[in-house]
Amino acid sequence: MSEFKQNTKPAVSLSQETIDGDIATLNLGPTHPATHGIFQNILQVDGEKILSSEQTVGYIHRAFEKIAERRPYYQITTLTDRLNYCSSPINNIGYVLAVEKLLQLEVPKRVDYMRVIMMELARIADHLICNSVTGVDTGALTGFTWVFIQREKIYELYEEVCGARLTTNMGRIGGFERDFTPAFHTKLQAFLKDFPKVFNQFDGLLSRNRIFMDRTIGTGAISAERALNYSFTGPNLRATGVDYDVRVMNPYCSYEDFDFDVPVGTDGDTYDRFQVRQEEIRQSLRIIQQAYDNLPEGPYHADVPEFYLPPKEAVYNEMEALIYHFKIVMGETPVPVGEVYSSVEGGNGELGFYLISHGDRSPYRLQFRRPSFIYYQAYPEMITGQTISDAVLTLSSMNIIAGELDA
Amino acid sequence: MDISLLIEKSTIVVVLFLITLGIAAYQTLMERKVAAWMQDRVGPDRAGPFGILQPLADGGKMFFKEDFIPKNAERGLFILAPGLAMFTAAMTGAVIPWGPPVEMVGRTIALQVADINIGILYVIGFASIGVYGIMIGGWASNNKFSLFSAIRTSSQMISYELAMGIVIITIVLMSGSLSVATIVEQQHGFWADGYFTWNVFKQPLAFIIFLVTSLAECNRAPFDMAECENELIGGYHTEYSSMKLGFFLFAEYVNLFISAAIIAALFFGGYNFPGMDNFSGITLSILGTLVFFAKTVFFIFVFMWIRWTLPRFRYDQLMHLGWKKLIPLAMINLVITAVVIAFTSGWFSEDKKAAATVEVEQKQPTAVLNNASDSRASGSFRVNLNH
Repeated sequence: MSEFKQNTKPAVSLSQETIDGDIATLNLGPTHPATHGIFQNILQVDGEKILSSEQTVGYIHRAFEKIAERRPYYQITTLTDRLNYCSSPINNIGYVLAVEKLLQLEVPKRVDYMRVIMMELARIADHLICNSVTGVDTGALTGFTWVFIQREKIYELYEEVCGARLTTNMGRIGGFERDFTPAFHTKLQAFLKDFPKVFNQFDGLLSRNRIFMDRTIGTGAISAERALNYSFTGPNLRATGVDYDVRVMNPYCSYEDFDFDVPVGTDGDTYDRFQVRQEEIRQSLRIIQQAYDNLPEGPYHADVPEFYLPPKEAVYNEMEALIYHFKIVMGETPVPVGEVYSSVEGGNGELGFYLISHGDRSPYRLQFRRPSFIYYQAYPEMITGQTISDAVLTLSSMNIIAGELDA
Repeated sequence: MDISLLIEKSTIVVVLFLITLGIAAYQTLMERKVAAWMQDRVGPDRAGPFGILQPLADGGKMFFKEDFIPKNAERGLFILAPGLAMFTAAMTGAVIPWGPPVEMVGRTIALQVADINIGILYVIGFASIGVYGIMIGGWASNNKFSLFSAIRTSSQMISYELAMGIVIITIVLMSGSLSVATIVEQQHGFWADGYFTWNVFKQPLAFIIFLVTSLAECNRAPFDMAECENELIGGYHTEYSSMKLGFFLFAEYVNLFISAAIIAALFFGGYNFPGMDNFSGITLSILGTLVFFAKTVFFIFVFMWIRWTLPRFRYDQLMHLGWKKLIPLAMINLVITAVVIAFTSGWFSEDKKAAATVEVEQKQPTAVLNNASDSRASGSFRVNLNH
């Protein structure tokens, strides 16, 4: 597992200044209100200024990639739930897309559009959390509760589609478990109507707030070149001015059908990251509106009986269905030998699934390309020379999710 | 000492203390309700109707918590700090006139614990000592986060008390007295001699600066550097538990109450209200006291409103604001006020020499103070006096 190779930086050692007492070592984490999740930063500080820092990862490492090697394909979606748990549907659908790529499945247009709606809702939820928590870390708690009411609406929509809220396990190989319910349509229409108003209020509370701008402009900045060297993707890369978006560069799920803009920043600082996410929420709303207005009629799953569970009614009455049900549950459907990489634009950046199949019931190897893990490598560089307050804000504005960081 | 005076004063002290504590306790409920209202939530509503027993429940809980002192803490100072914070917070209220004097059993009872002639200096003095509670607590905890908080608080206090002091000098210059009672009396009613009597209309800039510095003085958002939970966990009270923590939190709310009361007294006329001349005696006293408390509660609300709206400054930006913006502004305001007062009282006019002499006599103590403290500054002052 090459990505777990040791941090090549030398460990923080006691310098002469430390011995003289001018420099203090401060443990920001593993349990600290600013580390949303569990990860450690060992900072060397001179007063409030950070001189150097060392990162520790792995506090909630759960060996998902290894577990995935023992599970049938259809059971791995539950593991992806727990990567970036702020936007589980993107992870679920991203994984399902990787498997479909391996199986070379064609899914109906309706499934694509349904997936787009769910993924964009998840992106809104993810960006809302990131931006409102950035606000909270500057001390503005009110906007956070405002948008959390809206996130609750999104979770209700998840519930309508899959019954779960946080760890959604949404989507099946070939489509969805069930179609959008009538309640889903009502709730989605209400959400599309109410959300922009609340969102603009939230935007008004922070975007042009002098204190917030002073706190965020110029802090935690990274140049486009350095960001690309670290292989940044997603909003954090776009904030530096590079317009890389998987949805545009390598469209999946019929993203080419929709008309939307890719916002970019200029300086790659905390404020740009905030604004890029704000604008992406607006663009996601546009995409949802387009996908919902043009939602094609048709089946909500592909016709792949060897991977898509038949309805219970059929299982009890039809021989074929019973056989497929048995084979799917026991993980005995044949899977082609192959090697695929499939990526989606996750809440945080390019979320990739590298899947190697040797034709067994489980993947031979499944690797997650987890954007948070990549961002966290750059974190020391971004906070050196800044104050502790900036470090906290940088961490929350990069949206590093411990579940995704450690997998 | 007159025994009836002793009874009178002790009654006022006890009542005031109880009121301060009661208000501080219910401020916690108010804060949570205001926050809930601003954030589309319900707020505490389980303990009693509308949650009115919540402060009691909170306080009771504090007493039953384990009182933990970290092994490497400086034990004596660790215990002293919350007491110091609480003591200084509660002492500040002594010089605030809570209402117009009451005529009762043939005596004039001032609704004030002590009308000392340096009332404002007393307030500032105690507010400054209050920061020692936080500093000592932060240092004695032997925790880096607490220490950061202590450093932040002390530097914040230094930067903000200067501006606050200069603003108060402006008010003193206008009223010619350091006694809070006199300052409030001078804002009698609402309208007199073709202009508003309240200081806020005469010194709007001073009011704004004072409001900002009071926020900083109380460690309230957007200046809650000391305990910003996202960076410093709990700041100076990270290591505190049980009622020691309770004392710190309580002291903060007492400070908030006192700050609101001082703003009401210095700038919004204290117990004065429009049309107060139509009342007299006990009615006036009761109405005046109610008006004063209404103003205080309003400012408490303003403080909460600000807290739940604005983000927090960064430590260095806060120093920047204090030293580079508020202090120069306060200075300019002071100079303008001084010049205007000098002109209106006729110091510069030849034909009003008589009036000027009277003014000079009245202003003599200030001038002497200046002479003693700073000879360069008093040079120009003396020219004016000799004029």
